[in-house]
Amino acid sequence: MLPATIGIISLIHGIDMTKPAKIKLTGLLRWIIPLFVLGAAWVYSTASQLNDAYVNDVNIEDLIDAESLECLDCHSAIRYNLENPYTGEVVSMKMYEELRIDPMEYASSTHGSFACTDCHSFEYEIHPHPIEAKFDYEYTCLDCHSAGEQFAQFNFHTIEDEFMRSVHAPEHIEDFSCWSCHNPHTYKLTTREWGSVIDIVAHNNAMCLGCHGDISHYEVLIERQLTNMLSKHEWLPNQSLHFRKVRCIDCHAAVNEDILIPHDVLPADEAVRNCVDCHSTNSILLATLYKHQVVERRNRFGFFNAEITSEAYIIGANRNYYFNVISLVIFGLVLLGIAIHASLRYINYRKRKKMKASS
Amino acid sequence: MAKSKRLYLYPFWLRIWHHVNAVLMIILIITGLSMQYSNPVYPVIRFDLAVSWHNLAGILLTVSYFIFLIGVLFTSIGRYYVIKTEGLAVSFAKQLRYYLIGVFRGEKNPFQVTEKRKFNPMQLITYNLIMHAITPITFITGWALIYPETIVLNVFGYSGIMLTSLVHTIAGFLISIFLIIHLYVITMGKSTRENLKSIIYGYHETHEGDEEHE
Repeated sequence: MLPATIGIISLIHGIDMTKPAKIKLTGLLRWIIPLFVLGAAWVYSTASQLNDAYVNDVNIEDLIDAESLECLDCHSAIRYNLENPYTGEVVSMKMYEELRIDPMEYASSTHGSFACTDCHSFEYEIHPHPIEAKFDYEYTCLDCHSAGEQFAQFNFHTIEDEFMRSVHAPEHIEDFSCWSCHNPHTYKLTTREWGSVIDIVAHNNAMCLGCHGDISHYEVLIERQLTNMLSKHEWLPNQSLHFRKVRCIDCHAAVNEDILIPHDVLPADEAVRNCVDCHSTNSILLATLYKHQVVERRNRFGFFNAEITSEAYIIGANRNYYFNVISLVIFGLVLLGIAIHASLRYINYRKRKKMKASS
Repeated sequence: MAKSKRLYLYPFWLRIWHHVNAVLMIILIITGLSMQYSNPVYPVIRFDLAVSWHNLAGILLTVSYFIFLIGVLFTSIGRYYVIKTEGLAVSFAKQLRYYLIGVFRGEKNPFQVTEKRKFNPMQLITYNLIMHAITPITFITGWALIYPETIVLNVFGYSGIMLTSLVHTIAGFLISIFLIIHLYVITMGKSTRENLKSIIYGYHETHEGDEEHE
């Protein structure tokens, strides 16, 4: 930019600055550059085709058991055929969205290795499903996850306690349960297993917005007008950036050191509103969003809260020890240099004045 | 007896632009420091206010910069910013020697302000760097941080926003260092107040044959 601007200025004012440098590609470079571009394009297209081939090669029969696939015949389709067992008459029925399951998504989910009847009644194997099946006991998370060493790290009991304290507790919202946010057919461990924080944030916030951004889902649970999320957060600078980089629960849930993801969702007026709660070296995001990534804690030499810097930058929370020291040293040296320079100027000026007066 | 001549080097619009620019730069430096070193217990300026003031001052600085650029491109002050490479290294070295040694001995400034040349070689290079490189870098990265969706998400494992902020902060730091030195250099005219008077009233007094400087 600098040479360009000065060049333009000199041209406009008709001043010959200097001869412009000539840039010329040698014979070899003339061939290497197009070959490199073509090569890169070929590698990219081949890699994309290989990836597509891998995705298309996955066979759903290898991932889901035969009985469950029978269930998914109807439960993955938009419409299904219902046959009257007495007359043989067939009608086409709509499969409602909340009863539809994507087989690939299910197979790749945490519970994807289970057969449908591991959790649902065997009566669902009968078509059409008998009415008795609807009255069977529905499992909750703690029915399976309350005991066992492999679940100890998740602290499900603490999660349940937090949930019961939260604004989502059944005493506030009837029919609200773990399933309201965590679909058991698609659930995946995200925070522990996904590397990308931005993906974790998008996934988590989609859970909240499933109700708070969708009037049809919200009004099924609670008889209250849906709040406009954008106008409600108008006070927040760089709104879209905050929504992409931070989870709703990072401000709207109480931090609990014992669990990875806080579940005690607070009333709106108790949410974090103080900017420096995040924008300081003691950022609460380290106890929430970046809790899992905090392996190096506050690194005295290097970036403060370095675990944040791979995907974000939080003014006030990300400072660098070396930059702090270097900037202070430069600043100090400049002030010291000016002080010495000014003093020497003054002393010499007085000396010369005195000499002039005496001569 | 030294001959004195008055040169009108700072037109009215340039003086207004200069003072507005200085105020905006000072606001940007103070609010920027307050945000960068934000402390919940001892906030210099409340964080949200610092963000708003910093953004507003940054937007005004961008407008102010383009007014300056139009002035440089289309008025006679533009010629002062053109760097001629011929003899630049020698005159630069002479000027540096004057600031480091000559000024204490009361030597004559090797650079004489004329109607055609307002800046000595060191000023010429510094002002060009500040006005045509560092200031644009600061406001371009600043605008990118106001609209962060325009920034590449990840650059070699580092957040694009982090790298943009780093460049923005370094450029801002260099401007603050420039500002301090610039304020000191004001005192290095014929008298300690002469340069300040020039930028306020627009006239520069030349003192041919006079060697003594305060």
